[in-house]
Amino acid sequence: MKPADKQAYLEEYELLKKKGKPFFPYAVLKDSAMALIVVAVIVAMSIVLGAEQGPKADPTTTSYVPRPEWYFFFLFELLRVIKPPELVPLATVGIPTICMALLLLLPFYDRRPERRPGRRPIATTAGLLTIVAIAYLTYLGATGGSPTEIEMEVAPRYEAGKEVVVGTGCLACHKLGENGNDGPGTELTHIAQLIPRASILRSVEIGPGIMPSFRDLPPKKLNELADFLASLD
Amino acid sequence: MKLGSIIPAPLRKPAKPGESDAGKGAAPADLKISPPERPSDAQRLGERATEAPADVLAWVDQRTAASGLLTGMLYRKVPKGTNWFYTLGSATLFAFIVQTVTGVFLAMFYTPSATQAYASITHINNDVFLGQFVHGMHKWGSSVMVILIFLHMARTFFFGAYKYPRELNWVIGVVLLILTMTMAFTGYLLPFDQRSFWASVVGININGTGPVVGPYLSDFLRAGPEFGATTLARFYAVHMLLIPGAIIALIGAHLYLVAKLGTTAPPWLRGERPKVAAPVSQLDAGVEGDGAPPAR
Repeated sequence: MKPADKQAYLEEYELLKKKGKPFFPYAVLKDSAMALIVVAVIVAMSIVLGAEQGPKADPTTTSYVPRPEWYFFFLFELLRVIKPPELVPLATVGIPTICMALLLLLPFYDRRPERRPGRRPIATTAGLLTIVAIAYLTYLGATGGSPTEIEMEVAPRYEAGKEVVVGTGCLACHKLGENGNDGPGTELTHIAQLIPRASILRSVEIGPGIMPSFRDLPPKKLNELADFLASLD
Repeated sequence: MKLGSIIPAPLRKPAKPGESDAGKGAAPADLKISPPERPSDAQRLGERATEAPADVLAWVDQRTAASGLLTGMLYRKVPKGTNWFYTLGSATLFAFIVQTVTGVFLAMFYTPSATQAYASITHINNDVFLGQFVHGMHKWGSSVMVILIFLHMARTFFFGAYKYPRELNWVIGVVLLILTMTMAFTGYLLPFDQRSFWASVVGININGTGPVVGPYLSDFLRAGPEFGATTLARFYAVHMLLIPGAIIALIGAHLYLVAKLGTTAPPWLRGERPKVAAPVSQLDAGVEGDGAPPAR
């Protein structure tokens, strides 16, 4: 923005301000009405939706859904959209960090004096696309469930391990045959082709990358789990 | 009764030079012609009582000189065209106040220990008077605040309100947005049920994949290499001391700049210039010229 543009804006603003009304009581009245609406909505949500507790946190089990609050879905879904393991850091930190920097520095690279949305096609389009993208990713996150069964025929000796996979919530992040979410975790359908049993067991215990560690599972369950996964080739 | 008469004198709208109060209120001239009858003690007491708020304010004002600042804030003009979109910022602030008040009450009953946290939430929900109601307000209030802060940012973005001279206030606003999301993240663990526990484990692991600072940030959040007993206490301290303090300070700065620079007008409005008078730029030049004659 050139000094002349700045001067022009300030003059324009003074003119509009002279035509305006005092903050009190006019703007205060609108703000107060809005504040009442905000409180009414929060109270209504609290009464209707409540604050039920889920089962108590337990590092050694089972049947949980590692889902964030809904307004983090769009960040979480980035992990499912961007699959290849070498690009995961890009999804987890890279893109959000770049977006934050772009947002923070916005006034320093968009320096043109024009303010009308219709005459800022690039900014307005980018803004609308961002809203659409966030809404779409949030929708994906809201509909992507965590299946609680595996429709796959396995030999009887692997049934126990299959139950552990279901009960430990692996399918929240891993696809297995027709079940489970495809991402952020690796697909498990043919996991034995990729890594041997020892590596599977170590991955489950350590929790590489963003995967949680399941070292607190009882050793018997860990072994059943590893037997089952090592049979998937 | 007029609105103005409720407001104590020091906070009333300052009169403009042209329209002083002469003739409206008690005119001193009347006193000289016919002095009123000596008021009874009851009347005098009543008068004293009605003046007390003004006296107290005057006392404070003498020592702080705050009334000028306050009246300046209250009666400053908001530009033409200010509409409901402009209430989103104050609505966000109000949601934050709701979070603060409900949060204080929850903190009175909550125990930030891995072994007792879950039970203390059960206690709040089942035994404490209105406990689940306040807990619910805090839980859903966070969603409302996140929605409002995004709407407020969208309004600012599409109206181009982040441009000169309000760039710094945009930067402060983005930091407030990030801090609000951090509040949401740290608060999610506190109920300590399965869902919040595992979501936090994954969330911290996600932080850990970041370059350079990622692993350190994860270790800091976990209070060590493992998700352990102290993790919850750390999240609790960050959630109710560190970030709220930063948010309150930044809201102060945000509001200061709003009051100082004024809120924007809708971008499609144009000011009407006075028809007869010279353009403002020439007027300005004239004022400067009055001080000293141009050197030749």
